[in-house]
Amino acid sequence: MAFLDYAPAPESTSILDLRDDYRLWIGGEWVDGGGTPFASISPSTEQRIAMFASADEGDVDAAVAAARTAFRTVWGPMSGRDRGKYLFRIARLLQERARELAVAETLDNGKPIKETRDADVPLVAQWFFHCAGWADKLDHVGLGAAPQPHGVSAQIIPWNFPLLMLAWKVAPALAAGNTVVLKPAETTPLTAMLFAEICEQAGLPAGVVNLLTGAGDTGAALVRHPDVDKVAFTGSTAVGREIAKAIAGTDKKLTLELGGKGANIVFDDAPLDQAIEGIVNGVFFNQGQVCCAGSRLLVQENVHDAVLERLKERMSTLRLGDPLDKNTDVGAINSAEQLERITRLVDRGEAEGGERWSPACEIPAQGYWFPPTVVTGVEASSTIAREEIFGPVLSVLTFRTPDEAIAKANNSPYGLSAGIWSDKGSRVLAVADKLRAGVVWTNTFNKFDPTSPFGGYKESGYGREGGIQGMQAYLKAGK
Amino acid sequence: MATTKTATRLDVPKTYKLFIGGAFPRSESGRVTEVRSPDGGFVANVAKASRKDARDAVRAARKAQPGWAGATAYNRGQVLYRVAEVLEGRKAQFVDELVRSEGLSAARAQQQVEDAVDLWVWHAGWTDKIAQIGGSANPVAGPYFNLSVPEPTGVVAIVAPQQQGLLGLTSVIAPALVTGNAVVVVPAASSPLAAISLGEVLATSDLPGGVVNVLTGDPAELAPWLAGHADVNALDLTGAGGLDWVELEVIAADTLKRVIRPEPGLAPETPQRILALTETKTVWHTKSRL
Repeated sequence: MAFLDYAPAPESTSILDLRDDYRLWIGGEWVDGGGTPFASISPSTEQRIAMFASADEGDVDAAVAAARTAFRTVWGPMSGRDRGKYLFRIARLLQERARELAVAETLDNGKPIKETRDADVPLVAQWFFHCAGWADKLDHVGLGAAPQPHGVSAQIIPWNFPLLMLAWKVAPALAAGNTVVLKPAETTPLTAMLFAEICEQAGLPAGVVNLLTGAGDTGAALVRHPDVDKVAFTGSTAVGREIAKAIAGTDKKLTLELGGKGANIVFDDAPLDQAIEGIVNGVFFNQGQVCCAGSRLLVQENVHDAVLERLKERMSTLRLGDPLDKNTDVGAINSAEQLERITRLVDRGEAEGGERWSPACEIPAQGYWFPPTVVTGVEASSTIAREEIFGPVLSVLTFRTPDEAIAKANNSPYGLSAGIWSDKGSRVLAVADKLRAGVVWTNTFNKFDPTSPFGGYKESGYGREGGIQGMQAYLKAGK
Repeated sequence: MATTKTATRLDVPKTYKLFIGGAFPRSESGRVTEVRSPDGGFVANVAKASRKDARDAVRAARKAQPGWAGATAYNRGQVLYRVAEVLEGRKAQFVDELVRSEGLSAARAQQQVEDAVDLWVWHAGWTDKIAQIGGSANPVAGPYFNLSVPEPTGVVAIVAPQQQGLLGLTSVIAPALVTGNAVVVVPAASSPLAAISLGEVLATSDLPGGVVNVLTGDPAELAPWLAGHADVNALDLTGAGGLDWVELEVIAADTLKRVIRPEPGLAPETPQRILALTETKTVWHTKSRL
């Protein structure tokens, strides 16, 4: 038994009180969906969690109509102060039910409980708390006096941070006075349903938030619905493109948070221990299923070997396995489909000359798993240096000068995130200036905060979430 | 006496060319459009830009953009103010061109030129203030120094308003320049003369070559190439209301360009128009615990 083989410490699921079937939540009511119900399974066990309704076009109509009515009659006319109070209530209820939400999220998504418990769910509550305070201060968001909400906001979120992405979309929309129709991802609908219960507990007026479960067709119908005023999407660049096309020529406002291929730049004077932690956190957090993951390591040539040696040593201590175990660092990949994509891309990387390495680790018999992997000898032109893998896979490239690092970092159609590791403040600031990325972390990585705008340059999408800029996305200048 | 003065002087008509990369080339296509005065008289042949010219212009803009964005805000403000100065000094020329090509009265043409000068002045004053309006210091919950600043989107392709040729052109170029974007603009088909003359003003106003590129020609022909160009970052369709602008927006979606729609559009002379052509960069820096 190696020294790190702690006894298992699984979190109990007894805190959950799940239903067997979840229906659509429209106008404050649970209603059947017109589509064929589907199951959500736990990616770590492949066990079914519950059945979920699938919304068809009629359901989308009903949800948008409910949101429109609520906007016109209740939420639009309500004072900002009262809207804020509802959001504060929701924030508190999220905090009270934090453990339950963390367990549900881990069960449904496959991410480690320590991440849902310590990152996702606290941020969710923080996001509502932050936006709640904006609701009665909208004159100060930089759009002049009395800015106006858009109206009905259609929101589509991905499976990598199901509840956090819900919070990023719903909280600012409601604070600004919009009503919401949200579709969670088909593989991770569970916590959205728990959120509906929290809205009920908060006494949120019917129709202010509506939740439609379903797959891509449901999302497409929602985006195209003529009575939607604002579309907010987080997900793949390919789908983002389709949405941008679908709303062309309409009055709809759009924000997109799309893919990324973040560069994590390590200079030779970097504090190496911290940098190694940052590299690990940057690409193995949430199994690398993070659009802003630092998936391209750019390491200065003279410290390449030292960094790789320490990195491999650190990776050997990562524990892969049951996401509900409190000691687990790397959980399950969200779906069989995603696992297949990761596997295919890494095989391609190897075929193109990359050298692949993973620590020895036991892969559970059930579920979808991919070991933490580093690929060295990667060229800037390699597929795995260009395409988003969305898995626990780090591609390593080298550079000699800051200019070369900047050129390689910017050599991507994406521009979401970047990291810089160096002890020299003047260099850090100069490099940060030249990176074409929406978020630059220096001597840290993967930090999020509701006061801090997040979003991409170039093909990583447009608009920002978080902070004053995130609020502006849900408002237009007053007349 | 070497020459003999005649009673009447034969005038010297101006050759209007494109403005690309700080130079004034003819269209590589060799095509021109004839401009006639409202009473039907021949005024000038204006170069009619082609797809190749548009590509050259985008290349010039891309090359020039980092330098312009890298200039200090104070410096960019100085240059934009210089544009106003030079334009003011050439007022008579622009009045004459607007009268000849747009058929305006002298008084209305003068008003438009003066409004355009004032709009350059207004924008000159924004360069060192827009980051304070559009940026933020973010009080994140942790030991970090966290700042968000607006940065230019990059290369912006613009279909300029079809009305009030000079003023409309200014109202779309100037806001893009404030933060450090480079521009490829298709001016109003009705005022190509003022557009190229504005290019001459820009060329002599310390604006680095390539920061603004003017492609006279058919907006309907040029706009799709610019909308689809992978090295263009944003598309301003303010003046494209008469075109199939929905198709242009669809083309732009392939490369996820930022698009300013013609309807309802973005008001000129607002910070929102300047900020619409920016990205927000957020930088997190750790603070040590003492």
